Amino acid sequence: MKWRTLVAAGAAMFAAGPALAESVVPQPWQMGLQRAVTPVMERITEFHDLLLVIITLICLVVFALIGYVVVRFREDRNPVPSRRTHNTALEVIWTAIPVLILVIISIPSFKLLYYMDTIPETEFRIKAIGHQWYWSYVYPDHGNFTFDAIMKHDDELEPGEPRLLATDNYVVIPVNTKIKLQVTADDVLHSWTVPAFGVKIDAIPGRLNEVWIEARETGTFYGQCSELCGYGHGFMPIAVKVVNREEFDAWVKQAQEEFARADQAPVRMAAN
Amino acid sequence: MAHSEAHAHEHHAPSGLRRWLFSTNHKDIGTLYLVLSFVFALVGLAMSIAFRLELMEPGTQFIQDHHWFNVLVTAHGLIMVFFFVMPALIGGFGNWFVPLMIGAPDMAFPRMNNMSFWLTAAGGLMLVLTLFLGGAGTGWTIYPPLSSALGHPSPAVDFAIFSLHLAGAGSILGAINFIVTIFNMRAPGMTLHKMPLFVWSILVTAFLLLLALPVLAGAITMLLFDRNFGTHFFNAAGGGDPVLFQHLFWFFGHPEVYIMILPAFGIISHVVSTFSRKPIFGYLGMAYAMVAIGFIGFIVWAHHMYTVGMNVDVKAYFTAATMVIAVPTGIKIFSWIATMWGGAIRFTTPMLFAIGMIILFTIGGVTGVVLANAGMDVSLHDTYYVVAHFHYTLSMGALFGIFAGFYYWIGKMTGKPYPENLGKLHFWLTFIGVNLTFFPMHFSGLAGMPRRIPDYPDAFAGWNFISSLGALMAGVATLVFLVVLWKTFTAKERVPANPWGEGATTLEWTVPSPAPFHTFERQPRIA
Repeated sequence: MKWRTLVAAGAAMFAAGPALAESVVPQPWQMGLQRAVTPVMERITEFHDLLLVIITLICLVVFALIGYVVVRFREDRNPVPSRRTHNTALEVIWTAIPVLILVIISIPSFKLLYYMDTIPETEFRIKAIGHQWYWSYVYPDHGNFTFDAIMKHDDELEPGEPRLLATDNYVVIPVNTKIKLQVTADDVLHSWTVPAFGVKIDAIPGRLNEVWIEARETGTFYGQCSELCGYGHGFMPIAVKVVNREEFDAWVKQAQEEFARADQAPVRMAAN
Repeated sequence: MAHSEAHAHEHHAPSGLRRWLFSTNHKDIGTLYLVLSFVFALVGLAMSIAFRLELMEPGTQFIQDHHWFNVLVTAHGLIMVFFFVMPALIGGFGNWFVPLMIGAPDMAFPRMNNMSFWLTAAGGLMLVLTLFLGGAGTGWTIYPPLSSALGHPSPAVDFAIFSLHLAGAGSILGAINFIVTIFNMRAPGMTLHKMPLFVWSILVTAFLLLLALPVLAGAITMLLFDRNFGTHFFNAAGGGDPVLFQHLFWFFGHPEVYIMILPAFGIISHVVSTFSRKPIFGYLGMAYAMVAIGFIGFIVWAHHMYTVGMNVDVKAYFTAATMVIAVPTGIKIFSWIATMWGGAIRFTTPMLFAIGMIILFTIGGVTGVVLANAGMDVSLHDTYYVVAHFHYTLSMGALFGIFAGFYYWIGKMTGKPYPENLGKLHFWLTFIGVNLTFFPMHFSGLAGMPRRIPDYPDAFAGWNFISSLGALMAGVATLVFLVVLWKTFTAKERVPANPWGEGATTLEWTVPSPAPFHTFERQPRIA
């Protein structure tokens, strides 16, 4: 891929800062996308690299033309203006070239879109429900346990946990496993996103939206509610821990004991 | 004799309340619109500076109640769209210069024109009232269920709806007025293909208003019914659908962004042509590019909704359709450059704003191509990248167009010259300020910072600080603009009918400056 080498120089500037193995959080002065940990995000990043080159070149061409015109055709350097108002060839060219560029963009764009939108065979489901102002999660294929994930306040943060991003309970998923996330809301609109996964999907009352996630590395990954939902919109983060299979199984066992079942009345749980 | 002269004078040019409250004169109504939009621009700017100060550092600075942060963001958006950009470009410059440019004595329906203005003003008042009724923190998109009784039980949202109803009705009447005027009152000889591009831009805009605003009016009426009369149009629990509102809103909302930018395109064309001392390059292409943009603008709305969970083929369609808009937009950019090519360019303040607009609109345009891709948009939707994109097209595109128009025409409107050096200072401060504000937002958006949050993870602090500095600088630029206004209105000098020389070829430069109360009582003939 030739354009990838083209951006190599610029990539250093636009890269997502120092890559941490353990988690992906935004870095100070970060200028580019967060580091990709799913195949979807890898493709988004690749596509964005292409787009960035194209739009930068377009801007440079336009700015160069304007710069030239501004210098060359100042009134004192060119006191007698030309009267030319037509040039059919030129007009055809500046219509045709943008069309060509758009075709070049649209091919990888459609490939990406259909790749991410086609949900493959997944191992299990997780359901995320947006509330004002926290997320709750259900693991229907692991005994239907459910828990809330509420943002940790500053005084509850443990060392290394980022402010406004950490939650009291983490969503836990196994690494290298395709899972299906079903998202809905029970009051107003919310939007579930984890930038490093390349996932953003609105949580809408009465609808069940689906996306798929296949995290390729372990660590903790964060996102923030991305649809204005009122007072606490900035304070209902999404925090996902990607762990290996053994840790996941152990966590599921513990979660089944610790958390209530989504299909049982709380009263019965209390009686247990 | 003296008495009858005074009487005659009064008959032709009423004064005081009669002149301003009951005005049927297109220039006076244009002035009223400009004053209204100026007042609201200051309010909207103050709000943006307030929340940029809040966002200057991580943590809560002074807006303790996050609801009021949302209210500020919402009011800033609604004010800038409905009560600054639209009244300035369409009501203000449109009213002033469409009749002058086509050689018509006034608008076709002068009384309806008056009604348009006062409906808009009443809409503005309604919007201000929301601030005293609990505030609407819904975002300018007023998506239910946050805007339903569930999310906003206070009457603030009802008043916001009334505000949009009134402003919308005013705009629809104004649009009808412009369409009728332009089709029927052009000077003999001025065929559609000889019409100045600003008039073309207003004509296309008027059609967009006429077709888009009723859809918004319907959507917000349904919302009003949901809130107050127990209907369930957008309530999933009652069989309704919140996403339906988004479709209706954006069926209006996307043409709306072209409603805000097309008149600016028209102004830029005249300014570029005037100060290059050359006729516009590719006139027909320019006119039909606007028609094309207007048409395509109606069939791309769901690109604002890529994350709601639409069918993949639908997303593919909207991706393709949206990218097509880049073609006519490119034609406009290249034609402006070609107009300057070979010209004898004078860098007056309006020309600086025009060139600035072309540069910055290009940046806003190419990020629009990025966002058009449904796959890419997943990473950028509802992040600061989007905020950067639409401020490059509007806060730089439309706003620079408005300033270009102001400096270009203020001599015609007041008969007084603006101070050139202060105007240039105003341009440079604005240019640097808005770039400082909005360019870093691309970075915070790519890094994942969501829109409309009152506090942010600490890593976003750097770029946010720069953005806030830029906003303060834009604030300073506005103070300079106030001085420009003061100097202009107190100037002792007078400007001639055509201060710009042979490059200014449209009809408004054939009447004296300031343009008399009545112009073109006898229609000019266009060769």
